[in-house]
Amino acid sequence: MPEGLINDGLIGATYVVAAVLFILALGGLSNQEKAKRAIWYGIVGMALAVVATISATGNAASVGQYSLIGLMIVAGGIGGWIVAKRVQMTQMPELVAGFHSLVGLAAVFIGINAHLEMSRALAAKAAGTVGELAGFAATIANKTPIELSILKVELFLGILIGAITFTGSIIAYGKLAGKLSSAALTLPGRHALNLVALIACLVLGYLYLDGAGLWTILAVAVIAGLIGCHLILAIGGADMPVVVSMLNSYSGWAAAAIGFTLGNDLLIVTGALVGSSGAILSYIMCKGMNRSFISVILGGWGGETQSAAAVDGEMIEADAAAVASALQDADRVIIVPGYGMAVAQAQGSVSELTKKLRDQGKTVRFAIHPVAGRLPGHMNVLLAEAKVPYDIVLEMEEINEDFPKTDVVIVIGANDIVNPSAQDDPGSPIAGMPVLEVWKSRQVFVCKRGRGTGYSGIENPLFFKDNTRMFYGDAKASVDALLKELN
Amino acid sequence: MKIGAPKETAKGEARVAMTPESARRLQKLGYECIVESGAGVAASISDEAYRAAGVDVVDSAADLWNSADVIVKVREPSEQEIDAAPDGRILIGFVWPAANETLLAKMKSKRMTVLAMDMVPRISRAQKMDALSSMANIAGYRAVIEAGNNFGRFFMGQMTAAGKVPPARVLVVGAGVAGLAAIGTSVALGAITMAFDVRPEVAEQIESMGAEFVFLDFDENQTDGAETGGYAAPSSPEFREKQLEKFRQLAPEVDIVITTALIPNRPAPELWTEDMVEAMKPGSIIVDLAAERGGNCTLTRADERIVTDNGVTIIGYTDFPSRMATQSSNLYANNIRHMLDDLTPEKDGTPVINMEDDVIRGTLVTHEGEITWPPPAPKIKAIAAATPKKKAPEETSQQKSAREAAELKKSLNRTGLMLGIGGLLCLALGSVAPPSFMQHFIVFVLSVFVGFHVIWGVAHSLHTPLMAITNAISSIIIVGALLQIVSGSFLVMLLAAASVLMASVNIFGGFLVTRRMLAMFQRS
Repeated sequence: MPEGLINDGLIGATYVVAAVLFILALGGLSNQEKAKRAIWYGIVGMALAVVATISATGNAASVGQYSLIGLMIVAGGIGGWIVAKRVQMTQMPELVAGFHSLVGLAAVFIGINAHLEMSRALAAKAAGTVGELAGFAATIANKTPIELSILKVELFLGILIGAITFTGSIIAYGKLAGKLSSAALTLPGRHALNLVALIACLVLGYLYLDGAGLWTILAVAVIAGLIGCHLILAIGGADMPVVVSMLNSYSGWAAAAIGFTLGNDLLIVTGALVGSSGAILSYIMCKGMNRSFISVILGGWGGETQSAAAVDGEMIEADAAAVASALQDADRVIIVPGYGMAVAQAQGSVSELTKKLRDQGKTVRFAIHPVAGRLPGHMNVLLAEAKVPYDIVLEMEEINEDFPKTDVVIVIGANDIVNPSAQDDPGSPIAGMPVLEVWKSRQVFVCKRGRGTGYSGIENPLFFKDNTRMFYGDAKASVDALLKELN
Repeated sequence: MKIGAPKETAKGEARVAMTPESARRLQKLGYECIVESGAGVAASISDEAYRAAGVDVVDSAADLWNSADVIVKVREPSEQEIDAAPDGRILIGFVWPAANETLLAKMKSKRMTVLAMDMVPRISRAQKMDALSSMANIAGYRAVIEAGNNFGRFFMGQMTAAGKVPPARVLVVGAGVAGLAAIGTSVALGAITMAFDVRPEVAEQIESMGAEFVFLDFDENQTDGAETGGYAAPSSPEFREKQLEKFRQLAPEVDIVITTALIPNRPAPELWTEDMVEAMKPGSIIVDLAAERGGNCTLTRADERIVTDNGVTIIGYTDFPSRMATQSSNLYANNIRHMLDDLTPEKDGTPVINMEDDVIRGTLVTHEGEITWPPPAPKIKAIAAATPKKKAPEETSQQKSAREAAELKKSLNRTGLMLGIGGLLCLALGSVAPPSFMQHFIVFVLSVFVGFHVIWGVAHSLHTPLMAITNAISSIIIVGALLQIVSGSFLVMLLAAASVLMASVNIFGGFLVTRRMLAMFQRS
């Protein structure tokens, strides 16, 4: 390695510090107050890593290259800044998905670069001009053949995962932003298609290891990109939390694979942290739906639906006045928000409602199901944005036992997560999914756009229960009407 | 069309079938409402209140019957009322067709269309018009209040400076609508409440109201309440014996007994025998809600309050809902209003008798000069067959610890297996991979473990910020691009520069948006 402004030991030390700071940044998210500081750890860690890396390139870099780096960082920084400033909290899911696609694409580019450098290094080695090589190429030139094969495997994996992440994230972005239909696309023989594509990638990978040139990994990138598209197209709207976490995980694994390729431990550490974070989130989401990861990723509700018990009875409607008077009489109120609240942008009105009820001395709390919304923790962020204090926003496990002691539950734009058939009806497609037991409270109001079923397409017996009243209408309009009644 | 509510003619009946509130809703259905002057007085509703709701107040019953097309009533009409009525009226009210066959014949000859509120089928859709339930609810409440009125002690136990007061012990027999209302009221007043029912599936409801279910140790399969539309069925003699034995045992302990046991179309079962009354403490109270059908207690006399020789008061009133006329008029008028809601699908003030509708067909007793009672069996089964709740065998602490140990063992085994597989894979990898790779691999594996432990600690509510921040730090990939940008090759430099650009968007955007989100989280 050519001499830089700082030596290798210092770079290594800086990387260690950066890695520790990243771990602290993630660990700090264990509570809201710590998190506000923890983010700075992440920022400092990133700054250190970038500065150290730039200094390490040393005199190998020309002035032109420095200015190029500076230009790119400034341009990218400004772009990122603008996007982050402008984004609405309800657009968070698509923003996160969009960001993932960038990491994926960068991984593909870096992977391709690595190959180009490798070819260059090998050519130089053959010609005996290794001394002229700079940066990464110089490192490669010193590798043994077996190290080179391993490098090829890593490179192949980096490109494969990166490409899937890239196109998958773009599709996820399109679906979340409403630019693509969020319904699951079901091509005939879609599992077979994926399998064939994956096998094709593996075959190409083998050819690449065997010495075939650049075209093989480019082909891998294209095919993996198609897999990414198809995979995410086949997944329906409410499964998006799993998809986004999964893509988050992939972006981490891609970074780790690139880290192996470049022999850079900081990339490996960070990639592994991000990868495991996304994996855990996916696991939590799948658990929240009582579905296996495989069934979510392969799309649809895990095959054919058994005959769910038919519901007989009648949905009874209530108007804003009735809901208001029930709230006036209630002491303990729980609000269960779902994706419908986000769609209707009702969080501000809900927050106002909460404030009003709390000012009257009532206990108002929120119950959040792990898969409510389109992103893990989506509801929490929306409520926080609307200035609902976070200590009254509780998780399902914390609050589920409190429903029997609750006077009024208001379900806003949620359906499957409050479906009692998950517990009562073993034939139901969502049987066994953990749900919020709202029906155990004294009175439930369900604020809903129409009579349709939820994402899973199954009837919700909750709506037919004696203590349930349907409060039809757009979530925001309904809550606003309710606020008017309460005045 | 016009809907009219006459003043009730039955002696002591204080309820009225239309309230100003229900009238307003009926007007929305397109009806005009009229009421006989003084109809609501006994239920504390003045003529003025009716006028304020846009209801026409007419002077006499004759005027009302003549001008209204639909008559709503509480009690069944007397024969004189029917004789005086013009032909072809629609009548809605309690009719008790099984007990009033001559009345039915008279109504038929007047070509009346009569809908009997007591015949509303017990299906969920019809609950809003189930006047029997709404009245039973009131009766159950009032029974406890009536008992309290006659009871010489507190319901709730108290510790006072003057001494300790034990809580009253209340036994409710029969946990139908009235029984459950009685349980609720009694529990709310602070009494120790026990309840019994022959249908084991109601045990859960009883316990949910805060009362103790009196459990009979009896093997025979008890009748399934759902078979008879949610009502109790007669029980076998052995079962009855067992039940009476239990009551005998309870009699000296309880202060207040409220019996609500009724079986459809049969005299009330005799459950509280003379010897039980004798075994009770002086000052105890029995309220018999089944008095109209002969009473659950042998000594009950309908419509009377008697005191036995040993000082037990037995209340056999049959007019509990009427004793709370304002409340019961309100609920009853709502039941009627819901019925008219169903009868007026077009909301145009014209009732439609739809013979296909289970609820309407079920309640209809005479129509177009025909007696249509009894109705055919409803198409929908009365109540979704309630699966009798088997009491889950309580887990003993031994079983529990055994189960937990087994679970622990299973999870340990699983961990062991995973470790084994993982170890083997590592070995396989190590046997081919060069040391330089293994060094990085160690870093990787350890990082994954650190990642798992750190991420499990993240608060659920911060999962979105977590995704945003991991997004930002996954752009550490920029380091790779920076290393490559110094390459001599133009193409490599171009791709690397593009990567730096993209990663920078991510770094700045990711961190900034995370900060924005975290700043929003506020404590109350």
